Amino acid sequence: MKSKILPIILFVIFITVFFIFYKGLQNSNIYIPENNIEKKIPSFEVKNFASNKIENSDQIFEHNKFYLFNIWASWCVPCREEHKYLMKLSKENKIQLIGINYKDKYRNAKNFLDELNNPYDKIYTDEDGTISIEWGAYGVPESFLIYNRKIIKKIIGPINKKSLLEIKDIIK
Amino acid sequence: MKLLKFLTIFFFLFNFSFLNAQSENESNKITKNLRCLICQGQSIYDSDSEFANSLKILVKEKLEEGLNEKQIYDFLKDKYGEWILYDPEFNKNTYFLWLLPIFIFLLGGAIIFKLFIFRKK
Repeated sequence: MKSKILPIILFVIFITVFFIFYKGLQNSNIYIPENNIEKKIPSFEVKNFASNKIENSDQIFEHNKFYLFNIWASWCVPCREEHKYLMKLSKENKIQLIGINYKDKYRNAKNFLDELNNPYDKIYTDEDGTISIEWGAYGVPESFLIYNRKIIKKIIGPINKKSLLEIKDIIK
Repeated sequence: MKLLKFLTIFFFLFNFSFLNAQSENESNKITKNLRCLICQGQSIYDSDSEFANSLKILVKEKLEEGLNEKQIYDFLKDKYGEWILYDPEFNKNTYFLWLLPIFIFLLGGAIIFKLFIFRKK
């Protein structure tokens, strides 16, 4: 009787471990960040794109107003794709567009805006990419919808027709 | 007098480089334990992507601000989730991961003990 217990225990352990790993195999190994987390915006200081003046986050974001915080760069190809949607969004008066120019040269960024028009109400520069990290961003383009100093939606990658409609729906 | 001047300069230079090396070591240690989220299978230390380069600068800045290793990990965990750390923390999602090897080790030991040592006696 005693000699039978050990193989049974071993068998049960083996089956349990096997099933746990088997289930784990089916999980996606691609990291998918959370998109809808209500988080407070980080406090930071940033340089104004045009005037080079240092401003802090309290001055940029007021209460009870919608903001779209958009990280962009002239060297980023998907930023060109999303530009037309940002232009459409800039016509809405319920939302303010804040652009963060990510690791870019001033001249190239200015040429980009001269060529495609400027959708932003305010633009700031992130020369070394650290401000984007404070926001928990992965790269360019990335956008954050902000209300009451809270991030209510995060769009990783370029804004498309679908996300534009979603934003319009939220700010209604 | 000249010798004294020389020694003072030498002392300062040596100390500064020592301080630099220390913070460099610390930041290397931290970035080696951070996962580059946009490049698969690389740490922030190994990667040369824009994301990794910015994060390296940020870690150095935070160290200069006086944050310690754990505070930096907590800061980044808050921004990017626990996935950014290579070393998973001990909590209800990971206790199986941490305890399983110890359990298997003990079980193996028990089997060996039972089979060889008891039998000999």
